[in-house]
Formats: sequence, structure tokens, C-alpha cells
Amino acid sequence: MSRKSDFISREKFMQELRRLEKGSVTRRHFLGVTGLGAAAAVLGATMPGLMPRRAFAAGDIGDRVVLATWPNYHDPANFEAFTAATGAAVQVNVFGSNEEMLAKLQAGGSGWDVFVPTNYTITTYVDADLIVPIDTARVPNYDPAAFEARFAAPGTVDGKLYALSKNWGTTGFCVNSKHTGGVKVETWKQFWNMTMDGFSGRTMVHDYQLTTIGNALKYFGYSFNSIDPKELADAEKLLIDAKPHLFAINSDYQPSMRNEDAWMSMCWTGDGKQLHTDLPEIEFVIGREGGEIWSDFYAIPKGAPHLDAAYALIDFLMTPDINKKEALAHGYPVADSRVNAMLPPELLNDPILYPAADLLSSLEFGAAATLTDPNRAELMARFKSA
Amino acid sequence: MRPQARNWLLLAPAGAWFLFMLVLPLVVVLVFSFGERGPAGGYVPAFTLEQYLNLPARWTAFKNTLTLAPVGTMLALLIAYPLAYFLAVRANPKWRMMLLILVIVPFWTSILIRSYAWIFILGGRGIPSLLAMVGLENVRLINTPFAVLTGIIYGYLPLMVFPIYVSLERLDKRLLEASADLGSPPWRSFMQVTLPLSIPGVATGCMLVFILLMGEFLIPAMLGGGKVFFVGNALVDLFLQSRNWAYGSAVAVALVAIMLLTVSLYMRFVRRFSDARDDVSLM
Repeated sequence: MSRKSDFISREKFMQELRRLEKGSVTRRHFLGVTGLGAAAAVLGATMPGLMPRRAFAAGDIGDRVVLATWPNYHDPANFEAFTAATGAAVQVNVFGSNEEMLAKLQAGGSGWDVFVPTNYTITTYVDADLIVPIDTARVPNYDPAAFEARFAAPGTVDGKLYALSKNWGTTGFCVNSKHTGGVKVETWKQFWNMTMDGFSGRTMVHDYQLTTIGNALKYFGYSFNSIDPKELADAEKLLIDAKPHLFAINSDYQPSMRNEDAWMSMCWTGDGKQLHTDLPEIEFVIGREGGEIWSDFYAIPKGAPHLDAAYALIDFLMTPDINKKEALAHGYPVADSRVNAMLPPELLNDPILYPAADLLSSLEFGAAATLTDPNRAELMARFKSA
Repeated sequence: MRPQARNWLLLAPAGAWFLFMLVLPLVVVLVFSFGERGPAGGYVPAFTLEQYLNLPARWTAFKNTLTLAPVGTMLALLIAYPLAYFLAVRANPKWRMMLLILVIVPFWTSILIRSYAWIFILGGRGIPSLLAMVGLENVRLINTPFAVLTGIIYGYLPLMVFPIYVSLERLDKRLLEASADLGSPPWRSFMQVTLPLSIPGVATGCMLVFILLMGEFLIPAMLGGGKVFFVGNALVDLFLQSRNWAYGSAVAVALVAIMLLTVSLYMRFVRRFSDARDDVSLM
């Protein structure tokens, strides 16, 4: 391949990636179902076309590395730098839910080298023998002592380290304060009651069992992770009652919140921050009763075709200086104290990204049981098809 | 080479494709539908009818699909027929090709992007805001069955227009002259000559659109806001979210069975309607 076409296709790729970054696609977005995930996979598939390119670093790690991750979750410039340094192009596959990632890995032949699972899924991957332990000797930039244990701990299963902490965040809801009539909205009870009253036809919930069922459970003060049949039955009744009043069941809530079709939606930290920055009247609320706190990880699936490149990429992204750029690009909090020391104070003091300790303490990490519990999956299906 | 051997050789690629890409996957789906969901999802071999007995749990999805797919097909037909008639019979031949291309042009863009456009057209800042100007406040269009139908008709209209256009374009004009000479007013010529002769096109168009609609999931997901649930959406959820391959396979088998049944009934109906003429062979 000539230098010229190499250059053009590279540019084109970055342009496409930036568009994805700037667009209204959100984390945990409805990608898979809408087909955007497929589009992104196709987009990613253009990458091998850019290569081959000579490796500059010592040791040849191959010409590419395949990363399965979430939307708006990286700094594209870092990938460019990685490719320039190692000769391996980063092929990005964007996903919309942990369930979908698991489904892909269970089906086999994903072709991924690195993927980004959320805390509660890791034990399932280990049990199903779908991921391999991390050899820390090959990730010299990872410093376990620098990580806040609360967020890094789920990466270790049965004493073995399987996943390295990437970012963390919370799941609350965003509400357009123009329509609340001055009422302070701060609980899940209000979220559901308003939905069935003044906000009828204006509320969105995620197309995601963990958060939609979890936050319905919080209405009754139950655990976000409950799989108790009686508690789930209560949550189901609430969801079915609320359904006629919902604007949509969709994890892609930014467009509807922005054009005011929707006034309130379940919301992840990063989206809450982005919405609030652009439209200050949209506030991000962590329900007083609690809800979800989550942390994401880098992990290597079993049978990764480019294992050397996988380690090289993880090590690169664990470098504090690089991870700082990542955090500045996507805005999600980092658990690595070396990175936080470099971040601007206004980011670290942002109440949306770093909520007050008393609010945080009521939040729960998702539990592995919710991922595989057939009752929760069926409840979600009944709710959607009701 | 003997002619027979040559025929088999030429058929081999298509036959192999058919076998490996269609028949074998369907067999796999059938086998899976009698199995069970693994503890963490996936499939565990078993022989149980449990999945089939559980089918009523997706009744709403089947009901939505089985109402909106035929209704969407009918509405697409009602809109497509006059359009095809105009293109084939009335349009100035000089412009015909241009107009036909205009019908195809939307196909050059992904349906995903076109559906996104409809989200904004039907959303609060779109048509409802225009309606508000003339006094119709708070009209909700997006995330309703109406929005899904609109998307369906918009998306599938060309598939309906083309077969009808082809059948009308081939129509022997002398038959219409003869009909007129025998004293038929135009409407009668249309009912007794044009319409029956265009039935093959109508049947092909309806079939194409109906079969694709039965498996549709994108338009209901995007324009129905997750509230208008089709069998296609149920399948996506079962395979990609709850990873219940066994139950998903049973739902898929049920969908294929319903489709086979409706399509064969429909073909029988069409054959009867067009007096089982030779030129009405559909397949």
C-alpha cells in the first residue's frame, strides 16, 4: 500500500471516530439493537486497511489490536500515538451493554484482544473461562498501590488478577429543572411518582435490565441488586404501571433530553455531565435511596489473537500521562491516584463526577447474579412487551 | 461432459450455499429450541418442550408484529399502487427514468440514518411544533405505533413500487384499447384489465414487504422508543441481552412457522384471485 492512501484512510478513520465522539451517542447506548454497533464495527474494520506499517518499538507486536469498548470512552489521539509508537493499529468495536459483550464472547470467535467489562460481570467471565489472568510483569505502568481499592478490587477473583481498573461512575437520573416547578427532585420515589403524574409522557428509562429494574427496586427501598421474587414482583408492578407514562425505553437519551421531548431520564455520570455543561437547566441527581456505582476494567479475553499487542495497549493506557488525556477526553473519574494528581481541580471537585461521600455511601455495585438471573431478564422482557 | 453432469455442476455453488447458509442454520435453530438455557446463558442440550410452552410470554410481540406487518403492507400497497401506475402509465417517458431513480435514491443511505432523521421529524421540534402553530397542542407522534407505521411505509415503499411498476409497464396497451372499443368506461377497463394483470406485481411486492416486516426490529426500536415491541426485538433481546438461546430459538421457529403458514395461505388466495393463470406464477 502506498504512503498516500495510507495517510488518507487514516485521516478518514479519525474523522469518523471524532464524529462518533461528538455525536449524540452515549455510553451504554442502544448500539447493538439499533445497529449502530454494527456500523461502528464496520467503521473499525476499515482499520486493518491502514496498515501494515513498520513497528518502531522494540519487538514486533503485530499490525493491529482489537478493542471492544463503550462509546465516548477514549481519546482518539491516544490511539494514534499508540499506533505511531508500536505499529499496531487500534481497531475499535463499540458496544451497548455488558450482556451484549458477554453474548459475543460466549458465541466465540470475537477476535477481541482487549475489552472493557464492568465490575459485576468479571466473576461470570472467570466462571465461564472466557478471560485470562493479567500478567502484571507485562504491564509495567500498572501500579496496584495507586488504585482506590473500592474500584479496583472487583478485578481480582479468587486471588487472581483478571482486570485492571479503567474508570468509575454512578447511575442516577437527569431532570430538566424548567419543568419541576421549583420542587427539589432528589429521590427515586419522586422519579417514579413524577413519571406517573406531571411528567407523564416525558420520562425515559434505560433499555438495560440492571439499571431499570434496579432503580424501580429502589422505589421500595429494596436492594438495587435484588433477585428476590417478591421484591422483583413489586418492581415489575411499578414498571408496568409506569410504562404508559414513559416517553421511551431507550439508553440513548441525550437527543431526547436535549430537544426537550423528554424532561427526565435515568442517566450515567458522563452523560449527566455533558448534558449539564451544555444545558445548565438539566441537573444530574443521585437518588437519595441509592442506586448504582460502577467501575469498568480492561481485560483480555481467552484466545486473544494479538496477545502481545493487547498487553502493549493496556500498558500504554495505564501510563498516567496517557490516562490523564483519556480522562480529559471522556470526563469519567479515574481510580488511579497518579492520574488524579495531574487532573485539574475543577474536574476533581465537580459534584456530578465526584458526588458527596454521603450520597456515594448509599450506592451499590451491580451484583454478578443480576447479569445471569433469568428472572430479571424475563421481567425486563415482560416490561418491554407489556 | 454430459448435460446432466454439467447442470449439477452449475447448480453446486447455489446448492451448497443453500445447504450451509440456510438449511443447516435452520436445523441448528430447531435443535436449540428443544434445549435449555445455560446457567450463565447460552445453550445446554436437552429435550424439553418448555421453550414452546413458554411462547405465550411473547404474545404481545407476536400480536404487534402480526397486526402492524399486514397493516403496514396494506398501507404501503395503497400508496405504492397509484405511484407505480403513474410512473408506468401516465408519466412522460422522457422523465420516467429520472422519476424511477428518485424512488431509489433513498436506498443509497442507510435505513439507520433515515430512521434517525424521522426521530427528529416526528419529535417535539418537528411536525408537532408545526401543528402547535395551527392550534393543535401537545400532539405526540414519536414513540407511537403511528411513528412505527410511518417508518415502515417510508422504508419499504420502493420494494412495493418496483414489482408493481414492472407488471404495469409490461401491460399490453392493446388490451386496454380493445376494452375501450368494446364499450368499457376507463374505470371498468382498470378494474377488469389493468388491475388483474398487475396482480403478479402486487403479490410480489406484498410478499417482499410482508416477509421483511415480520422480521423487522430496527424501525420499532428507533421510532417506537422501545415501547412498540416486535418479534424481531424480542429475538434481539433474547440473544443479545438475556442470552437465552433455547427460548430465542423457539421464538424464531414459531416466527418461521407463522410466516410459512401466512405466506402459503396468501399465495393460495392470490392464485385463486387471479384464476390460477400461468403468468401469475409467483416464485
